Amino acid sequence: MAQPAHEYPVESGVPDGMQFLHPTMLKNFGNWKYHDRPRPGVLHHVAHSGDEVWTVRVGTQRQLGPYEINLICDIIDNYADGYVRFSIRSNLEIMVDKEEKVAPLIQAFEDAGYPVGGTGNSITMISHTQGWLHCDIPGTDASGVVKAMMDELHKEFVSEQMPNRVHITTSCCQINCGGQGDIAINIQHTKPPKINHDLVANVCERPSVVARCPVAAIRPAIVNGKPSLEVDEKKCICCGACFPPCPPMQINDPDHSKLAVWVGGKHSNARSKPMFHKLVAAGIPNNPPRWPEATKIVLNILDKYKNDAKDWERVGDWVERIGWPRFFELTELPFTKYHIDNWRGARNSLNASTHIRF
Amino acid sequence: MAGQTPKNPEKHATYLPKEKTSSKPFHDTPMLDQLVDGPWPSFVTGLKRLASDNNMMVDLLGQLEHSYKTRIGYWKGGTVSVFGYGGGIIPRFTELMDDKGKPMFPESREFHTVRVQPPAGNHYSTDMLRKLSNSWNKYGSGLIAFHGQTGNIMFIGTTTDNTQLFFDEINGYGWDLGGAGPCVRTGMSCVGAARCEQSCTNEIKVHRSLVNNFLDDMHRPALPYKFKFKVSGCPNDCMNSIQRSDFAVIGTWRDDMQVDQDEVKKIVAEKGRKNIIDNVISRCPTNALSLNDDDTLEVDNRNCVRCMHCINVMTKALSPGKDHGVSILLGGKRTLKIGDTMGTVIVPFMKLETDEDYEKLVELAEEIIDFWAENALEHERVGETVDRIGLANFLEGIDIEVEPNMITHPRTSNYVRMDDWDQEAAKWKERKAAN
Repeated sequence: MAQPAHEYPVESGVPDGMQFLHPTMLKNFGNWKYHDRPRPGVLHHVAHSGDEVWTVRVGTQRQLGPYEINLICDIIDNYADGYVRFSIRSNLEIMVDKEEKVAPLIQAFEDAGYPVGGTGNSITMISHTQGWLHCDIPGTDASGVVKAMMDELHKEFVSEQMPNRVHITTSCCQINCGGQGDIAINIQHTKPPKINHDLVANVCERPSVVARCPVAAIRPAIVNGKPSLEVDEKKCICCGACFPPCPPMQINDPDHSKLAVWVGGKHSNARSKPMFHKLVAAGIPNNPPRWPEATKIVLNILDKYKNDAKDWERVGDWVERIGWPRFFELTELPFTKYHIDNWRGARNSLNASTHIRF
Repeated sequence: MAGQTPKNPEKHATYLPKEKTSSKPFHDTPMLDQLVDGPWPSFVTGLKRLASDNNMMVDLLGQLEHSYKTRIGYWKGGTVSVFGYGGGIIPRFTELMDDKGKPMFPESREFHTVRVQPPAGNHYSTDMLRKLSNSWNKYGSGLIAFHGQTGNIMFIGTTTDNTQLFFDEINGYGWDLGGAGPCVRTGMSCVGAARCEQSCTNEIKVHRSLVNNFLDDMHRPALPYKFKFKVSGCPNDCMNSIQRSDFAVIGTWRDDMQVDQDEVKKIVAEKGRKNIIDNVISRCPTNALSLNDDDTLEVDNRNCVRCMHCINVMTKALSPGKDHGVSILLGGKRTLKIGDTMGTVIVPFMKLETDEDYEKLVELAEEIIDFWAENALEHERVGETVDRIGLANFLEGIDIEVEPNMITHPRTSNYVRMDDWDQEAAKWKERKAAN
């Protein structure tokens, strides 16, 4: 019998988180009593046993090399207890079992140029995709947009001054890997794909590409004697869904791939049910390296939210209360025919009442 | 902070080594250089540090700068995997060629990502972080993202040959690849019972029980499309599971929430009645709260929908009940192809205490994945299958009985055939009688 070319992998799956738990967390697993937040960036949890842990939350650039990892680990080993976890938004959470360790730990991170914050009603780290650094279909960068915006939002990360927590997301294509957000900044293409007909037959599985189109705008065709695909450009919604399965259908365009801003997404079930974000602004230039036009719109929305929302209202809760006409009035963003949904189920988003604010 | 001189510039986010040991000279990066300054830690500084002793990262910076200039991405996919697996690697090859068809940035012409499953709850020791970093520095670019949007640790940037060598090394000390392609994907779970008093389940155990049962479906992609599990310990849903996962498990409780009336009185005394009425009582979505004249709290537990708001505000006074379990929602996803869908309740409550309870949970997931795999169209998420065939048909396929917690309201359209209404009504009565 032939020997396998290589040893088979150990299909160990998800590593057990218990092996990396801080001893106080392991001891009190499932037996916590309450928590409070002594200052921005710090959580304090108290167990039924009376044990306590303090968590210091630290913002990062998400993409870490050995220098950063060793720098961070040195701080944790010197000032904390050797344990760390990552939040869903790429923040570090360092747990310690004594209150007196908190201040030196914060100082050490701040001295090393890492911001402490992101808790409670702050603007926490922007959720992050790959962009030009590594993705095969991005219309823009991810790390750059996030860095440029977090530079502007740093003061809101290290304080807790918003009405409620603010989750911002960015996405480099309309697949929207960044996800739903209180504010989402996403690529929105505005022109149909440009097709390289010489390559389609060799690169793309044509029936799958036809099936992928949400509006049935793609059909097989012979172009210049070669099997290819063609797009009914009047039907095309420029979503880019055909591009991943068929890279010769280039959707990204340096001028016509724009940014759009969406608001009011919320994952939590607190108060209202979870909500999707809604379009508020589009046609924003994709302008590296600092995307100032998009940042300006986001800062404006945040400013109005901060001043007008009540405590505990997320952006979506706030807009529900004040109504969309007031939102557009306050933010001075133009309201256009493109804000009116025309996808399936769209009539559910229309006002079928006389509930009108004056 | 910008404009301040660090106390120890060699141990600082802005540090750049004075000596360059990589043999290839830096490319000019005037656009990326504008992302070096500012108070937030800069990924560009990080990339430059890597490039100071790593030619692959020198060229990676060159390609990235080119993308910034032209506003176009230049990576294409391909086929790279490790022995025994079909997925888990995201292959990337440069598309930037010179006039002679040679790569413009040859050192980073192969720049694959290895997706690795994080520990449930994203917990690490510093020893383990350093170990993973050392392995990746040996075989790859050194750059690691904690974490990708599906939840993977993303080891970004290596060659085809080194992909196998790196995986062999970390697989040897307990790490396994995540999912990529049409397969069960890497799962996520919140910090949960490890630190949070609001947790109503053992997130680590749920996460591992589910995902580790489907490793074959993760490592050898053969499903209609992706399938994601996410686990949140309470309805605050910190893992975004309703909107971002096909199978959301969310901790909840079915007895009365716990109220410490002395703590309620303390917080009312501290913050004032108006504050508590405005921020707690009147924010309850089902008007299930009332502040008594003696500053204690009255809770209409039958009408509490476990939204978590009052518990979030009054963390010392209020907490979830003690009869814990989970709700399961099916079919959340973003746009492609029918538009966004949130998960739908298919199990309003199930206990998760005994081994049998966990087996039941895993069996339910198996039933769903089997039915979906057999009946879905290519590239159809389970939420889209539900949308196409209707929830009632889907439930029949996975042998779950209908119940009113699954809907916001009953149908409003009378365009429906109801030939066997009597039998269906009899089934409901039978089930009621059995309970």
